Amino acid sequence: MNKQTLRFPLLLTLVCLFTLGYAQSPKGYQIGDIVTDFSLKNVDENMVSLVDYEEAKGFIVIVSCNSCPWVKRYEDRMIELHNEYASQGYPVVAINPNDVTRSPGDSFEAMQVRSKEKGFPFDYLYDETQEIAKAFGASYTPEAFVLKKTTDGLKLMYHGAIDDSPREASSVEERFVGQAVNSLIEGESPEKPRAKGIGCSVKYRAS
Amino acid sequence: MRKNRLNILVLFCVCLSFSFSRAQEVKIIDFPGFEDRIQRSNDTLYIYNFWATWCRPCVKELPYFTQLDSSFAEQKVKVEFISLDLLDQLEVAVKPMVKRKLPESRVLLLNAPKYHEWIDKVSPEWSGAIPASLFVHKGREIYTFKQQSFTYDELSTYVEQLLQD
Repeated sequence: MNKQTLRFPLLLTLVCLFTLGYAQSPKGYQIGDIVTDFSLKNVDENMVSLVDYEEAKGFIVIVSCNSCPWVKRYEDRMIELHNEYASQGYPVVAINPNDVTRSPGDSFEAMQVRSKEKGFPFDYLYDETQEIAKAFGASYTPEAFVLKKTTDGLKLMYHGAIDDSPREASSVEERFVGQAVNSLIEGESPEKPRAKGIGCSVKYRAS
Repeated sequence: MRKNRLNILVLFCVCLSFSFSRAQEVKIIDFPGFEDRIQRSNDTLYIYNFWATWCRPCVKELPYFTQLDSSFAEQKVKVEFISLDLLDQLEVAVKPMVKRKLPESRVLLLNAPKYHEWIDKVSPEWSGAIPASLFVHKGREIYTFKQQSFTYDELSTYVEQLLQD
């Protein structure tokens, strides 16, 4: 963290955060953690697990949805990521966890419509119980998680924003996800395993 | 005659500058500008509410923050609405919404689209989701961050708690 930032006593800040604050977003996998596989319904009605992708060397998991304007700015770039990297062993897998009562535009049927409209070349899965998004610790859409197949299982290698320009693809300077996958393809660890972005909050059910 | 013309010209300029300043009602700041803001040294509890026109839960809670701002004015609590909308949304989305819902003078557009460079500087607790709010009282060394939606009751209870501590 930048030294300049918190010129207020850090300890007090931490105490305040600890005593008064609570993080609404679930704590999820950290970089290097092994991710548990799942089984979710795809827009084509088939159940999909990561283990089904026999050829894959890893994944670009993107927690996404239909309704978020921020996602809409990224949909074409998600398609491009898949087209570029699926053939190299890293397909995009999109997951929508939004609670349909809080966000009616995110129903399974609406997902099917959106997938068809945009011609998604990747699987778009419905996380109806929200358990997978919680396990990942997803808090906003679109939020990316790059996984690598290892002998221990699927390892989280990158977490965060897709790139550094939500506004438009043409002004991207750093393709965080693309760079991470390139590193993995070259047999290296991503230089930047974490880069935060912003987005619409995941609509978790009130617990 | 000539004097009259000059007067008209002056009047015209005044009108022009007035309408120009009206058009600037949503101030645009960058991240260093925001950092300077939160360093303002005084006896006021500043609440920086991070929102965007595209964020439904954010828009829903805006009135609660406005209400808080007026109800707690005597206790020196001030709310500033920090829009994270992209600059291309200023005229088409931000200004129209501000006009309907918010005190104009309290709205700032934080034009800093490289989020990964500054989100942690606001708070390492911030994953990037909004709504989110930052509570700062420099004199009392308060600096707390909340990544959550508030109802009015939750918000006022929390602020009372901060003021008492």
